[in-house]
Amino acid sequence: MDFSLNDVQLMLADSIEKFITNNYDFEARQKSSGSTTGYSPDVWKTFAELGWTAVPFSEDDGGFGGGPVDMMVVMERFGRGLVIEPYLANVVLAGGVLKRAANNTQKSDWLAPLIAGELQATLAFVEPQSRYDISNIVTTARQDGDRWHITGNKAYVLNGGTADLLIIPARTAGKPGEHNGVSLFGIAGDVAGLSIRDYETVDGQRAAEVELNDVIVSADKLIGGVNNGYAALQAAIADATLAVSAEAIGIMSVLTEKTIEYCKSRVQFGVPISSFQALQHRMVEMYTACEQSRSLMMWAAMAIESGGPESETAIHALKYQVGKAGTRVGEEAVQLHGGMGVTWDLDVAHYFKRLTAINLMFGNADWHLDRLATVTET
Amino acid sequence: MNVTFSAGDLAFREEVRQFFATEFPGDILEKQRKAVPLTRDDVVRWHKKMYEKGWAAPNWPQELGGTGWSAVQKYIFADEQARVNAPPFLSFGVSMVGPIIYTYGSEAQKQRFLPEILQFNQWWCQGYSEPGAGSDLASLRTRADLDGDHYRVNGTKTWTTLGQFADWIFCLVRTNTDVSRRQEGISFLLIDMKQPGVSVKPIVLLDGEHEVNEVHFEDVKVPLENLVGEEGKGWTYGKVLLQHERTGIAGVAGSKYRLAQLKARAAQSIRGALPLANDQTFMRKIAAAEVELKALEYTELRTLASVASGKAPGPESSILKIAGTELRQTIDSLRMEASAYYALPYVRDQYTMDFPEDDRIGDGTETHAALTYFNDRKVSIFGGSNEIQKNIIAKHVLGL
Repeated sequence: MDFSLNDVQLMLADSIEKFITNNYDFEARQKSSGSTTGYSPDVWKTFAELGWTAVPFSEDDGGFGGGPVDMMVVMERFGRGLVIEPYLANVVLAGGVLKRAANNTQKSDWLAPLIAGELQATLAFVEPQSRYDISNIVTTARQDGDRWHITGNKAYVLNGGTADLLIIPARTAGKPGEHNGVSLFGIAGDVAGLSIRDYETVDGQRAAEVELNDVIVSADKLIGGVNNGYAALQAAIADATLAVSAEAIGIMSVLTEKTIEYCKSRVQFGVPISSFQALQHRMVEMYTACEQSRSLMMWAAMAIESGGPESETAIHALKYQVGKAGTRVGEEAVQLHGGMGVTWDLDVAHYFKRLTAINLMFGNADWHLDRLATVTET
Repeated sequence: MNVTFSAGDLAFREEVRQFFATEFPGDILEKQRKAVPLTRDDVVRWHKKMYEKGWAAPNWPQELGGTGWSAVQKYIFADEQARVNAPPFLSFGVSMVGPIIYTYGSEAQKQRFLPEILQFNQWWCQGYSEPGAGSDLASLRTRADLDGDHYRVNGTKTWTTLGQFADWIFCLVRTNTDVSRRQEGISFLLIDMKQPGVSVKPIVLLDGEHEVNEVHFEDVKVPLENLVGEEGKGWTYGKVLLQHERTGIAGVAGSKYRLAQLKARAAQSIRGALPLANDQTFMRKIAAAEVELKALEYTELRTLASVASGKAPGPESSILKIAGTELRQTIDSLRMEASAYYALPYVRDQYTMDFPEDDRIGDGTETHAALTYFNDRKVSIFGGSNEIQKNIIAKHVLGL
């Protein structure tokens, strides 16, 4: 039994922590957030140079060979730094599909430049009607000789406005909600028939509504076999769920630390407000929520790494816990900061907004609890 | 990072499983299965069995009779013990006063008491709380006045669990009232209960059981050699003891099997009716409890791993007490909810060995669900109430 990180993971953790402390302050983050791209291309280049974009890819694919624990290490620290660069869209989502389903040509065209930080990519896993069911795909792809015609709508496409490559799940057979009949296509961001409406999200990131109106792509843009794309899609979403959960736990820890610090320094009635028991117990509950979530994350990362039958349960349990505990910690952090907690200028509000956004993606707490209530039935 | 069991751990698990299947007294497991209360003799008998096996003290140093188990082995043992619903160790001797004696006691005390505790020749109980000193333990008023070669003890201790069976009681008593801080002037005394001036009065709890007592001391003579450590340092020793108490208090293994049993029962159809497992609202509560349980289990494993690497269980073990007792109460509520009307009968005489199981009202032991729910209200109160645990975390972990 060993809960410690190995040497490689410790080095990775250390390099990210150092970067955030020395080069990633809140003001710079806010400036990038308000820019047209929604992130800093220079910072992204640095991520690639430091090898962070290579973490979850095999050595054969030019990666670092990392597993779920390595992803947890990266994302927890990105959470602590409130990092805004599109790691989730590029590395976890698009990369998650490409590493599993792309052929060698596609890997050298798309995955290699993605790892090098030279290509921006994303996965369009949401449709306007789908909520959290990633198999609820209405977008269709119709074959015509050696070309495919794709028509449909995609919602909340992270990094959609700057993506050079969009991976589009489309239905080539079956009905919305069925796993079979889903195919994946890699399309360029500037192809004819594609319209992208880029917008800012409440957590300071950027996403897009995407309409595909008879977009035509050649057969070599099909990723994986016809009708067989669901497994890779589902696996990438599972990766992303673990990733944002780890990010949320990093955020929860920061919020708890900042709240304790604030209550110790804020004087009312002639004493620091941290001396009030009503507030002390609430901070203890925040701390407990963080530690219990961290314990669950460690279990989940190990369960997924071992690839056993518990993996699916682990993902649902973790995202449920993070949704429930994250909402609690975020709201309490704001409340205990009083008026300061509801101002734009204080970072606490922005950590809170990101936590809130994380609960709303890849299934909220209720959605995952419903899955558990069904999955765990024996 | 990994929590996989080694081949040695798996062999150990097999050994423990074999022990409970073949060596542990079968009649006691049968009583547990039928929810028949254990007698004093039963409790002594199975503890002696553990001693014969060399497994009486998983947490003691090996040279004193401890098992020398790794953190993983302790975890495996607790898990197997709970899996067959074997009773948990009585904590007062082996988990509580034992470590205090081997850490702070004199050589003579170690030689006199440790073997007796290990062999369960003495039944120990705890004398901390008083009618006027609960959460505010430092306000305790039981006095021990120096009188030649002994102390003369006067006062009242309360909530003394199974004191009606006990031979010895370890007490926090006031040896000095002229102190600047109330935590000073408190001493740790070992008191023989089989002597004039000690009287034990039952307190019946809300489930009708006699589990706790009030213990009165009237001019009880305690030899000076029964003082543990230094006079006036009892508070410090007592605090260390409370931390020992809190680590075991999470009750992960017990909760795991109670929850698994509840799930299995929810999946059963009673007389052709739809199983409770078809009720999504109920199953969501079960699922939420399972997530709590997994988080608690891994928090405990993290604590065990940290203890194994040489650190003492710190104040963060308070999390385990809070989360563990809250979960236990949640599971109790769900069991009661699952029993519905059959949680209501209060028919204690059917829980005896010779009462035919088929004649019980309700289906087997489920009529116990409400009684367990009522009895377990105690768990968030004892061992330092959960509110006191939060004060401890606030002060010692968060630095508030």
